[in-house]
Amino acid sequence: MAVTVKTFASASEAAGALSSDRSARYLGGGTLVMRALNEGDVAISTVVRAQDQALTRIDASGPRITLGAGVTFARILADRDLGFLHAPARSIGGPAVRNMGTVGGNLFAPNPYGDFTVALLALDATVAVAGAFGARDIGVEEFLQARDRQPGTLVLSISCTRPVSSEAFRYRKIARIKPKGGSVITLAAHLPISGGRIAGARIALGSMAPTQIRARAAERALEGRSLDAATIAAAASAATEGTSPPDNALGSAWYRREIVGVHLRRLLSGQE
Amino acid sequence: MSKIPLQFRHNGRDVAIFVDGGTNLLVALRELIGDMTPKFGCGQGGCGTCSVLIDGELHLSCLTLAETVAGRSVETLDGMKQGPNLHPLQRAFADNFAAQCGYCTPGMLMAAKALLDRNPSPSRDEVIEAISGNICRCTGYEPIINAILAAAGGRVSA
Amino acid sequence: MLELRKDIFADERDDNLKEIGKGTQRQDMLGHVTGTSSYFNDHKLQGMLHLKVVRSTQAHARIRRIDTAEAERSAGVRRIIRGADVPVNLNTLLSLINFGKDDEPSLAVDKVRYKGEPVVAIVADSEREAFEAIAKVRIDYEPLPAVFDVEDALKPGAPVVNETYPKNTFTYHETYDHQRLRFGDADAALATADHVLEQRYQMSPIEHAPTETNGAIAAPDTNGRFVVYTSTQALFFSVDTCAKILDVPSNTFHFIGGTVGGGFGGKVDTLTEPLAILGAMLTGKPVRYVFGREEEMQYGPPRGAERIYIKDGVMRDGRIVARKILAYFDSGAYTRLSSYAAVKCAAHLPGPYTIPNVYGDVYCVFTNRTPATAMRGFGVTAMDFAIECQMDKLAHLINMDPMEFRILNAYRDGDMKAHRREAKNTALIECVQVAAEKAKWPLREEFKRASSRKDGGGSRAVIPPTPADASRARPTAPAQQRTSYDRLPPTVTREPPREPPPPVPPPPSPRPPAPSHGATRFSSVFGTRRR
Repeated sequence: MAVTVKTFASASEAAGALSSDRSARYLGGGTLVMRALNEGDVAISTVVRAQDQALTRIDASGPRITLGAGVTFARILADRDLGFLHAPARSIGGPAVRNMGTVGGNLFAPNPYGDFTVALLALDATVAVAGAFGARDIGVEEFLQARDRQPGTLVLSISCTRPVSSEAFRYRKIARIKPKGGSVITLAAHLPISGGRIAGARIALGSMAPTQIRARAAERALEGRSLDAATIAAAASAATEGTSPPDNALGSAWYRREIVGVHLRRLLSGQE
Repeated sequence: MSKIPLQFRHNGRDVAIFVDGGTNLLVALRELIGDMTPKFGCGQGGCGTCSVLIDGELHLSCLTLAETVAGRSVETLDGMKQGPNLHPLQRAFADNFAAQCGYCTPGMLMAAKALLDRNPSPSRDEVIEAISGNICRCTGYEPIINAILAAAGGRVSA
Repeated sequence: MLELRKDIFADERDDNLKEIGKGTQRQDMLGHVTGTSSYFNDHKLQGMLHLKVVRSTQAHARIRRIDTAEAERSAGVRRIIRGADVPVNLNTLLSLINFGKDDEPSLAVDKVRYKGEPVVAIVADSEREAFEAIAKVRIDYEPLPAVFDVEDALKPGAPVVNETYPKNTFTYHETYDHQRLRFGDADAALATADHVLEQRYQMSPIEHAPTETNGAIAAPDTNGRFVVYTSTQALFFSVDTCAKILDVPSNTFHFIGGTVGGGFGGKVDTLTEPLAILGAMLTGKPVRYVFGREEEMQYGPPRGAERIYIKDGVMRDGRIVARKILAYFDSGAYTRLSSYAAVKCAAHLPGPYTIPNVYGDVYCVFTNRTPATAMRGFGVTAMDFAIECQMDKLAHLINMDPMEFRILNAYRDGDMKAHRREAKNTALIECVQVAAEKAKWPLREEFKRASSRKDGGGSRAVIPPTPADASRARPTAPAQQRTSYDRLPPTVTREPPREPPPPVPPPPSPRPPAPSHGATRFSSVFGTRRR
């Protein structure tokens, strides 16, 4: 049986089709769903699309930005108002993948992919979803934890607050191949400073657990302190807490545990 | 079995085909139109040898649902020659020994064209970035980079 | 950029050549840059069917039952092929040159021996329909203990991977379970060496990862023949392999190939052609069998893993007096080409150095891993890595410059090599000299003046007395010595093999002048060279 493609004008119709058919997948940029079809994933028999303009909208004018789920990484890179997201967007794929891959799809990308989501997790982004229970907003962390149990959910948009300065948000993807390769570890840190002290630190890690996770112990080591060498060392030594990294062709779990603290220290101390 | 009618522009010509649901653009181009220049390498977005231009933008045809190109313009290596003459990029690839087994070459050339169409004088780093989604396993990146720079520098003529 | 050094061995060559040293265009370049070069998959055949295989989910298991009833009824399925449908369902690649026993089925029958082994082939109207039918095939496995480590596979009581070779080792000349090299008395020389260094080296399997995956299209032609478009790197080899497996004369096939999207050794195993042709025979339609990328990476044959132990004796003046090597090639579950790799490896020992006492044991071992095959210098690559790491460590041990250490120990024209052939056309010294020059690595004058053509032969051409092995017992892995290069404590603490007391080795002597042959010599690698 060939695959059935259902194309809708509105995201809500697509969401309805998605939630009523267990074999349906939403097609964004194609880098996940088409890949699965090419490799013979017969669990997918319906492909759902939506040609809703809202899904490709970028609102980057104010302090809180919103990206439609269908916004590609190439469009983020072309938008000067989204400069703080250029590093994570540029770290994904080659030019063709960036022309195709979307912000919404990245939320579903398994290890060793999903780098942009690491940035979103550190930025405490909110995900607007439409599902069987209508539309709602949930935190990206909660979204990731529930992701694989809710296949019928359609992501509409992602929003987050713009960091106050370029120093306050840092991102680093560790890959073996230059300039592009799959993630050994991906790190992002949001470090708002208030009165010389870190207030509301968020550290996110990719390829250190089945989904992107926060390094809560490292965050606690930073919270309320100034970003000095002792604080950075304390955060770095706490980086492995709560992680369960995968063994894959890009690196072993052991290797990831060994180096995550090193890279967190470099990220926090601004080293190349 | 129901087939889906699909029309688009292929290297400047209008084409009309019928595809099965779920067919990717690579299969549509190769098996329904007969344009064998884009190649299958991985089906995963990892190798770049199926690269084509859709409305001038570099895309991976194996990850593109065929029906999403309805009414759009698709360019492949098959359309690169300028009449009987090689495109400057093709000439530069030949002159700089930028192909060995030749399997990555169609994708490399499309990625290079996507770059030069927007940025006629790229730096070496920009060239490297532009082909970073394309894998060459005969390890010929240096001659490929040199060929693209040579084509951009106008050191080879059409 | 490429540089042709015409100053070295200039007197040995006629440089008045039309092609060598001059740039020339590849004949296939125009096809490559225009996309008109025709690869196996660039053929659109009317009514073409698609073949996919059901692969073993187990590394080692008995097959209790295969149920294809539901798959037979699946939409678009034209034919299900099982082991019993393959005319000669047991083959080994090198049987074409009478080397090795048939040990590998095209489709597994009673047992699977590695994860990913093909069990059932499905021919369907579309790839999608073939995938849907695959999901409906039920195979009932009885898991068996599996072995994934070459040394574990040689232990008593290890699971038998491949019943054709019940000791888990390839059998050479219908007698021997390994390749053996004996030259001089390595144990005696080690006992009197100033330093002994023993190290363990290991290489994982390496996937060729060609951009074009393995594949073939077979189509019925006129007169009962079949035209076969193939990615094979070894076209005539593949023709004869298919003729054997399908039990027909080889002129049944018209193979078309030659333009290959990257091979590097990974496209000689003839994995797709026999089933594609059989599919075409059974359906009367063109059939394509092409690996997906995951299949290529997971189940396409890799360069095999190797484990190597080297124990060297070195004198304070820099001379290596003994080299003892124990190497294990991981062939995976079937033979393919690792048997030949082990022969190449034994012939390569002890590397390009003149060492008066050499001892080598090289095993081709079966494990429940993906069968390994050829890849760029296979049999030699990992061993060279190990030997050259060892050379650096030895140089460090005796506080000698590593480049000069290599020049000192390099083989020279006229020397006797460990497999009792005279060294000819040697060029290692010149290679090291040029490498040092390019790297701006200082060499002392005497090493700059060294030459492959000077100071070889003489006492270096003597075949030393070589004690016979006491028994045919397989030596166990030698004990690991801890050195400054070891970061972790050694885990292997077995006794080294015991050998009878050896005669005294010939003392190393000063190098006499090179013998003057005054004749033309021929090397199968380098061609004719005038002396």
